[in-house]
Amino acid sequence: MNRFTLIFLFLVTWLSVFAQTQFSTLRQLLSVPLALSPALVCYAALTHGFGVTISLAVLSGLWIDSLSASPLGVSTMPLFLLGFTLQLQRHLILRDQGFAQFWIGLGAGAGVPLLTLGVLSLTRSQPVTGGFTFIQLLLMGLLNGVACPALFWMFDFLHRIFDYRPLTTSSFRTDRETVRGRQFRPR
Amino acid sequence: MLKRTHYLALAGVGLLTLGLLNLPVSLQTQVKSAIGASFLPLFGIRAASDSLLDRAGYQVLPRSTLIDNLLRLERENAELKVSALQGKDALAENQRLRATIGAAPRGPWHLKLARVVGRDPTTWWRTLQINLGSRDNLKPDHVVMSGEGLVGRISQAGLTHSQVALVGDAECGVAVVVKETRDLGIIKPGQTLSGDGGLVEMTLLQNCPGIMAGQVVLTSGLGGIFPAGLPVGTIVDTRNENGNVFTTARIRLAANLNRLEEVWVLQP
Repeated sequence: MNRFTLIFLFLVTWLSVFAQTQFSTLRQLLSVPLALSPALVCYAALTHGFGVTISLAVLSGLWIDSLSASPLGVSTMPLFLLGFTLQLQRHLILRDQGFAQFWIGLGAGAGVPLLTLGVLSLTRSQPVTGGFTFIQLLLMGLLNGVACPALFWMFDFLHRIFDYRPLTTSSFRTDRETVRGRQFRPR
Repeated sequence: MLKRTHYLALAGVGLLTLGLLNLPVSLQTQVKSAIGASFLPLFGIRAASDSLLDRAGYQVLPRSTLIDNLLRLERENAELKVSALQGKDALAENQRLRATIGAAPRGPWHLKLARVVGRDPTTWWRTLQINLGSRDNLKPDHVVMSGEGLVGRISQAGLTHSQVALVGDAECGVAVVVKETRDLGIIKPGQTLSGDGGLVEMTLLQNCPGIMAGQVVLTSGLGGIFPAGLPVGTIVDTRNENGNVFTTARIRLAANLNRLEEVWVLQP
């Protein structure tokens, strides 16, 4: 991890929250927004430190609520709990495996909105929900399931571009070369 | 195993969430506007790119199409001028009659065109953002319409952007009347099973056997926010609930809320 990848992570999160309010075509096709914050928090929790994960979860929650009709702070707790749990259990997760990334993304994509609805039910808000909400949660889970491995691949690519390359030293030394043959003469 | 930092983070975020949720509404709106201001550059870039695309589209359009459009608009303008004259006469007559019965006069509405710049990032609110705010004299409860019908009302007015609660949202209850039968009802917040955003449910205040599909629904003017007579939609089907005490009808909204690009804000 270096400064560039960290900046990129926060920049992508900021852009993804804005993208969540745009792209009406996806909304018309699937009835769900392009909500990638859970997948981004999953990536941060599995590859970065505790501080980065918590900052990302809190910031993205506040950004989402600032553009939404939800009371401020509603989205923060579910994203934080996701990052917190993954951080604590990340030594048990096969985080380099695509299938593990997919299932974690799927669970996070469906679980975070469900938790947010749970927090909303504790306030005086009246969210518009119905039978179709479960299908929407499933679709959002699938969207994040697909996005999670894609985010890992994208950030690994950026990491390779911006990070220092490991120094490759060869064990070959000319002064230790063993020269064989009949014509051998000591130097 | 939880460490001390974990406990501190858990307590910190918990307190932050509780603090934010318990802020007074006005302060919460201000904090939201301040955080949302970080997206202003992106809204600006989006508006600029839209305008650039529009201009590029105009460059590509053939001259004959532009002239056809101009002639059509001139014809429509002439027709609308005649309608406006008739409307003015009717308004003057209405005001005279209202004065006769001692009712408060109703002034004409001022219209402001606004561009839709974003939708709610969640699926459980029916709101959108427009590019006008309090600096354009927009205030909460101003009515928002499209050319086809009622869209909603302004729920929060920031400095440069405002949030519009759409018809069917919990923040936007609408008192309506069926044009043909004059039966009164209200549009309640809720989601239809198909998740179709163009359908909302109306509960009529009594059992109304005369209600049927195809009838037009208008705002009734009760409630004080929406003026009477604005088109809301058309009845799709009806059903009776609670032992035929209430009639519930599904309404197909006149305005297509999923494809809105520009809306009109009605200012009294």
